[in-house]
Amino acid sequence: MKGDGARIALLHGAVLALLFLAQFVAGDYVQLSLTRIMVLAIYAMGYNLLYGYTGLLSLGHAMFFATGLYVAAIGTTRIGLGVPEVFLLAIAIGALVSLAIGGLALRASGVAFMIVTLMFSQAAFLTILYFGEYTRGDEGIVIADSIRRFGFLGMTVDLASATLRYNLALALLAIAMGVCLAIVRSPLGHVLIAIRENESRATMLGYDVTRYKLFAVVVSGTLSATAGAAYALMFAYAGSTLASIQYSIHPLLWTLLGGAATVLGPLAGTAVMYAVVDIASGFTTANLLAVGVVLILLVLFFRKGLLGTVRQRWLPWLP
Amino acid sequence: MTDKLILPKKKGLNRRTVLKTMGMAGSAMAAPGFVRYAQAASSSPIKIGFQVHRTGIGAAYGHWYERVTTAAAALINEQGGIGGRPIEIVAEDDGTDPGRGAQVVEKFATQYQVDVAFGTLFSHVVMGSAPRAGELKLPYYVVSEGYHVASGKLNRYTFQPGITDVKSQVISLAPWISKNLGKKVTMIYPDFAFGYDHRDYFSAAIKGQGGEVVQLIPIPPTESSFTRYFPQIPAGTEVIYHVMVGPAVLTFVKELGEYFGSQHPALFGFIDSLEAVDFKSPGLEFLDGSYLWEAYPRFAGASPKPHDTFYRQKVGVDAYGASTSDPADISTFSHMFGCWETLYVIKAAMEAAGYQGAADKGKLIEATEAMTKLAEGNEHPQGEKLFNGKIHQSFGHQNITRIKSGVADVVYRTSIEEGLYEPEADYTKMAL
Repeated sequence: MKGDGARIALLHGAVLALLFLAQFVAGDYVQLSLTRIMVLAIYAMGYNLLYGYTGLLSLGHAMFFATGLYVAAIGTTRIGLGVPEVFLLAIAIGALVSLAIGGLALRASGVAFMIVTLMFSQAAFLTILYFGEYTRGDEGIVIADSIRRFGFLGMTVDLASATLRYNLALALLAIAMGVCLAIVRSPLGHVLIAIRENESRATMLGYDVTRYKLFAVVVSGTLSATAGAAYALMFAYAGSTLASIQYSIHPLLWTLLGGAATVLGPLAGTAVMYAVVDIASGFTTANLLAVGVVLILLVLFFRKGLLGTVRQRWLPWLP
Repeated sequence: MTDKLILPKKKGLNRRTVLKTMGMAGSAMAAPGFVRYAQAASSSPIKIGFQVHRTGIGAAYGHWYERVTTAAAALINEQGGIGGRPIEIVAEDDGTDPGRGAQVVEKFATQYQVDVAFGTLFSHVVMGSAPRAGELKLPYYVVSEGYHVASGKLNRYTFQPGITDVKSQVISLAPWISKNLGKKVTMIYPDFAFGYDHRDYFSAAIKGQGGEVVQLIPIPPTESSFTRYFPQIPAGTEVIYHVMVGPAVLTFVKELGEYFGSQHPALFGFIDSLEAVDFKSPGLEFLDGSYLWEAYPRFAGASPKPHDTFYRQKVGVDAYGASTSDPADISTFSHMFGCWETLYVIKAAMEAAGYQGAADKGKLIEATEAMTKLAEGNEHPQGEKLFNGKIHQSFGHQNITRIKSGVADVVYRTSIEEGLYEPEADYTKMAL
């Protein structure tokens, strides 16, 4: 709706403003956790664009996340690229990988699409192990502090600075949020939703469904790779565990919890799941049981996820 | 789970207790060491963050790391703590996951505000966590045996003083293998970083002894059947050097036995494959007569040293490396001693630095780096060690054992010098 633009901008702006202000009141640990949550939320937002809005359930997004991770880690430690260059390179390669994988995987649909993405992701995971000479396999790569300290536009940027890192993560989150909002509120986004709701009808209306789906895979994969590169550079590590199936399931759970097809849902889902695991780990080794309980509660009381339910009951304009 | 495992016991006060305490205090004042204890009475505990693999692939190790840590911390507190202050172990599960491990280190540094963190075993968790420890300036003492610390890849705040790294281990073993088992070696190893360390450092070491690795057989970590790899073993192989990690080891040994039958090259393996596994398990019969590397022999032998007996008794492990409370619960004996010894290194370094609190972390780092020798005894039951402060790594004796009827007895103990190598880094040049 046209008149919703102001309140949508206000709501999302308010969330970003709150996150900005949080750094002044939060303790060190909360600040560190929020930094990680924001980076992972970018990953989930990318996932949501494909699953939530386009209706394509991928079980292999860790390969896109890992693309960003390893381009950043290998680019800085082995090739000697600077952080800004490697970050842009990771985004570009993420887009190319998404294009290639999307081109192949979209020949399948439904359950077959899930299986194909899972297979590609497993192949990517094993490739990382196979090229252990360069990736250091399971052990992974540490990015030295000296690499993470660099000059940019006449300033010295030190990614070891918690405050700077927090604000960089916030800026990236704001950009990702802006990209998602722009897409889902545009005619293009409406076509994606139409494909999700009834692909045959969208085809009958004359849309080249495969091209639209490929667009969604590319944007989704690129956002995931961006998050991966940011993760490696900010937290100084890339390892094959972060490319495993577990890390393909994470964004699915975060999106389901926060609310699929809501722009803020993945952020909320990532934050809640992160907090549940973190707090539960303080009491029990069965922290996954706590995750299970949360998911059961979700199914019972918030079938559309937290923000999906909010939209259904109170804020129908929520994008 | 976050536990405060070791805390001073709280007791209610009544008249009887007060009188008893006054009487005991009088005796204690006359006893040696009173001054140190007196300081403890008014001091807050030193918090030690214990990053433990309670779940995930490292859980079998984590279970025993925790048991040893609990025993060592209790003993240190009995002995007066560190610098007269009791220690408090703050343990949290990292799921053997580098992402979660990094969060746990952040939590230790900023939420629990521990004085030091310690105890990480799996290399990928160390690699994921160490950068966070370095950035947060949290002294981080790992018990991993990976070459990551000594390689110079990590940072000034990360140490490995309680266990020898894998590069040193394989270098020290090569002369004995070459002299006693053969010079033509086929290596079977896991196709990931831990296996590459073996491949690279052992290949170079055996070459230095006039031998050669005639075939390298990397096994993918997802493999569950191994027979198809065995035809790659060349006919002239004199020694099969195997390092297999994970639950597939029983299948590996069984299939190797079926492939070779009674005529086979000499077998030399790493105990990593068999930690927490009973040598008498069905399927392991083929290993009878084969040789193993053990950092700390699981079997105490006919005449154990007093400190070995002391350590086993405190941890609750029998002469065969099994739990005294459950003989089926086999320990990770060749790794877990590292937790015990590391806690004593932390104690020694803190006392040498006059550690009082967070402001003294720099002094603690320098005091750890200044260490050179760790004497064999109750504090270092595995044996004496040399510590190289430049690469933050200790070097100890290694043991070659031979399995006979399900028990592995020592046939050779290396000297420390056999495992020394030229340092490739100098952490002391890094800023604090």
